[in-house]
Amino acid sequence: MNGGWFRIYAYGFLLFLYAPIFLLPIFAFNDGAIVAFPLSGFTTKWFDQLWVEPALHQALKNSLIIAVSASILSTCLGIFAARASTRYDFPLKGGIIGMIMLPLVLPEIILAIALLVVLLGIGIPLSIYTVILGHVLVCTPFSIAVLTAAFQSLDKSLEEAAYDLGETPVSTFRLIILPLVTPGIISSLLMTFTISLDEFLMAFFLAGTEPTLPVYIFSQFRFPKSVPVVLALGTVLVVASIILLTIAEYFRRRGIAKTGGKDTGGFL
Amino acid sequence: MSSEKPVMIEFRDVHKYYGDYHALRGINATIRAGEFFSLLGPSGCGKTTLLRTIAGFEGISSGAVMIGGEDMADVPANQRPTNMVFQSYAIFPHLTVEENVGFGLRKDPRPKAEKAKAVEDALAMVGLKGFGARAAHALSGGQRQRVALARALILKPKVLLLDEPLSALDTKMREQMQVELIKLQRQVGITFILVTHDQEEALVMSDRIAVMFEGQIAQLADPETLYRRPASRKVADFIGTMNFLPAEILSEAGDKVEVNAQGFGKITLDAAQVMSAEGSIGGATVGFRPETLTILFDGQTGSDFESEAVVEEVVYYGDMTYYDIKIKGCDSAVRLSMRNVFGRPVLDIGTKTRVAWSAGALVLFR
Repeated sequence: MNGGWFRIYAYGFLLFLYAPIFLLPIFAFNDGAIVAFPLSGFTTKWFDQLWVEPALHQALKNSLIIAVSASILSTCLGIFAARASTRYDFPLKGGIIGMIMLPLVLPEIILAIALLVVLLGIGIPLSIYTVILGHVLVCTPFSIAVLTAAFQSLDKSLEEAAYDLGETPVSTFRLIILPLVTPGIISSLLMTFTISLDEFLMAFFLAGTEPTLPVYIFSQFRFPKSVPVVLALGTVLVVASIILLTIAEYFRRRGIAKTGGKDTGGFL
Repeated sequence: MSSEKPVMIEFRDVHKYYGDYHALRGINATIRAGEFFSLLGPSGCGKTTLLRTIAGFEGISSGAVMIGGEDMADVPANQRPTNMVFQSYAIFPHLTVEENVGFGLRKDPRPKAEKAKAVEDALAMVGLKGFGARAAHALSGGQRQRVALARALILKPKVLLLDEPLSALDTKMREQMQVELIKLQRQVGITFILVTHDQEEALVMSDRIAVMFEGQIAQLADPETLYRRPASRKVADFIGTMNFLPAEILSEAGDKVEVNAQGFGKITLDAAQVMSAEGSIGGATVGFRPETLTILFDGQTGSDFESEAVVEEVVYYGDMTYYDIKIKGCDSAVRLSMRNVFGRPVLDIGTKTRVAWSAGALVLFR
């Protein structure tokens, strides 16, 4: 059969990727404290418990503050860097861009420890602000990667045309460049938000007494009785991410349709 | 034809370096108001760079670019009285046709209705009446070209710069747009400066043409002069087809030059027919265009100058037939073109025939 083995491989791959995620809601609705088959009955009590867990709420709030801040900050930095790397030439450009992108491949634990040592050394107390700092460091290279692609696909003569028609560099940026890279900016915001939301190492080292959601979840896993609650939380997060991705994809496609670009699949 | 008109653009010894690379090597030229002027040359000759120094997108290393008698050194691109049609058209994809055309009017203090009228008029001028509300990205290549033209012309610039505007169009569309551009230029009376690598396009459209090689203007002339009296062998090679035959200079007296050209024998030429041999290998050559050589069919008699020849290759083009013929006494074949007049036969390979030529159509490169 033509491509039979490849087909089996593809299905196997998808099963391996998604089966664990489908198990999540199954056990989240299972009326039993032990995560194992056979299922013992339907319940929503684990979800009810999510409502009455102040520590969880605090962790979620911390995570959201951090993720929103980190995504906005790193996307802004990404816009600057992407613009600079695609439009201007300056000495040591390759080296500088390389240095900015380096955190992408550096072991994150090294970055986290180094940052912790420095922060403690200069006497900055650990808080959600230090986590934001760490996350911006981790997220910015991703922002740059996404935004560089967006800026690169921009025809340079569009800018020149606007300038030629009497606009200033600032109004050209606002009227022409910004609208055309908006899909890239949305992609960047979304991706860095997601990265920050489930980032563990930086948050674990730099959060001090204000844990983020992943740190909280990790700490809860020590207690077997709270595992189903964590699964319920996981289910909520999966549903939330699917909704978020759907919205983002909708805006991305609308953006492409509006400018008549070719849909090359995008990030999502 | 436009020699009495005032000077619109003047290049004074313009040099441009990119690092060590000398892109423009001392450009001196004047372009007159209302002229259709072309910068013609192979890629990398500096023609686009020169155009961009007028627009202000490219600074110059030394010299001066003057527009309307004013030095443009300190005038940024967004304040110059020039507008540009880009090679890629640079239509803003997120705006409608109307918004694109009216983009330059954003800071115009006129009331909205008047500006809308101006946009409508501009669209009508380029034959896009009723296209205003369309999304710019949904247009065809030719339509984008028209939008780009309307967008640039709506600001009534002193000079319209066109950077290879027709290169992205197919042959039919290109020929149609060439004619439309000429008409449009006559209609608006604005100075057009066209950059092109297509010699035919330049010949068809321009009042005058500057042929550029390696950052220098090799010849600046009207199309006919450029075609009939190319200033150097290099220009001759670039513009159209030219045949070259080795020649020996026998004597020079006053403004007459006597040469012995292979296949043609002894000929006396005017000093005006003597050009630079730059770009040629070996000694002097005489050059002539394919259409200046005529096959003499039975019963026809030529001018004073006739040679015997043999047809070596025939290329039939419908309206024209190209023959490669070997003139008696020549080492290599030359190309000859004949219009296919009704009733005239197309000759076969190997046919022996006579060809007529004229000394006035020859150019000597030495």
